[in-house]
Amino acid sequence: MSSDRAFVYRRLHSLLGVIPVGAFLVEHLLTNYFATRGEAAYTEKVLWLNNLPFLILLEVFFIFLPILFHGVYGLYIAYQAKPNLGSFGTFRNTMFVLQRVTGVLTLIFIAWHVWETRVQVALGNVAKEELYDLMVSILSNGWMFAFYLVGVIAAVFHFANGLWSFLVSWGITVGPRAQRISTYVTMVIFVFVSYIGVAALLAFRNAAVALGS
Amino acid sequence: MSEQKTVRLIIKRQDGPDSQPYWEEFDVPYRKNMNVISALMEIQRNPVNAKGQKTRPVVWESNCLEEVCGACSMVINGRPRQACTALIDKLEKPVRIEPMATFPVIRDLIVDRSRMFDALKRVKAWIPIDGTHDLGPGPRIPETERQWMYELSKCMTCGVCLEACPNVNAKSSFMGPFIFSQVQRFNMHPTGAMHKEERLDAIMGEGGLAECGNAQNCVQACPKGIPLTTSIAALNWELTKYSLKKWLRS
Repeated sequence: MSSDRAFVYRRLHSLLGVIPVGAFLVEHLLTNYFATRGEAAYTEKVLWLNNLPFLILLEVFFIFLPILFHGVYGLYIAYQAKPNLGSFGTFRNTMFVLQRVTGVLTLIFIAWHVWETRVQVALGNVAKEELYDLMVSILSNGWMFAFYLVGVIAAVFHFANGLWSFLVSWGITVGPRAQRISTYVTMVIFVFVSYIGVAALLAFRNAAVALGS
Repeated sequence: MSEQKTVRLIIKRQDGPDSQPYWEEFDVPYRKNMNVISALMEIQRNPVNAKGQKTRPVVWESNCLEEVCGACSMVINGRPRQACTALIDKLEKPVRIEPMATFPVIRDLIVDRSRMFDALKRVKAWIPIDGTHDLGPGPRIPETERQWMYELSKCMTCGVCLEACPNVNAKSSFMGPFIFSQVQRFNMHPTGAMHKEERLDAIMGEGGLAECGNAQNCVQACPKGIPLTTSIAALNWELTKYSLKKWLRS
């Protein structure tokens, strides 16, 4: 076991990135999407999620710990790479670098985002019913809107391209043809899930603009 | 012919394993169909740099001169490749030549590729057939598998895939992309397959398959066109099965 540690950690990293972290990302963005249907629809979904039984266990074991492990081990993986895009400007090498860049961006974004939202709820500074207003007020700032836009797109890219490498790392897509097709599929996922995420951001942003005017 | 045409070479030199590298420029007389080796031979013949100063001749390794031995790998215009098949007529000028920095430099363009041979030993890249009695003829191999194994056997441990890989560097212990095609090649062989799990154990350990980051530069750079990334993904599947077996049945 001890000599296989790198193997086990790397496979765990790959698995956790999809289940549960990737699955949670999609669920989270879908919930946010209800913001496009107005405050009431959004808050209803938030309260439904917050009424799930054993919520704190779900949050710790299916969200917090997996993201923590994936993020910390991911930083180590990114540190170990020595990018050479200058001499190898191929598509896959570009994706290799982007995967590491978006990973670090996403980790920074998530840390900030969790501090601003979940931690504030835990500290009692914000009520669950006020989360819609909180997001509207955060995204009313142009810089924060840009930060969230970059954060969401980076997270979705990292997830979609991570799905591609998950399929390779577990030996599911083996040949070049299968890997090319999975590139197309995962990039469609990237575009579609990005749309879901950005639509929600725009909904909050538009509500902020409407309030301001 | 009024004036001799020359080719400018910019070479990264290093006097010894622990010395600082430096760049030196040379103008060598042009001949038609020259390759990088014959250009380096011109420097050996007349070790004078572009400033007209006498200098030590540049040293390099080469052997077969037909891209099957792997000895003359170096970084030419930013790309790791064999110097023997790097034709001057097809290269951008001036030609920049460096040693493959992934490996310890011994002197000038000579590097120490021992780590590749150590890796081959670690994964037992051979087929044990010696015994105390005659083992008889080996099993027959289907033609399609023989053809695939033949492609994998073209590896000449030249080191180009290690130089191209972003995950082979001083910060990692990654054995390099080439090793997995050799594991695959010997595991495919019906007699070699008897030691399949020993090889899988080796690539499951430190510096093994988990260190691959799927940048896939190796398969682009391989001068022999070996399907390196296909071997990697195929072995990923083998390790998926093997690790589950080890985990659940032991």
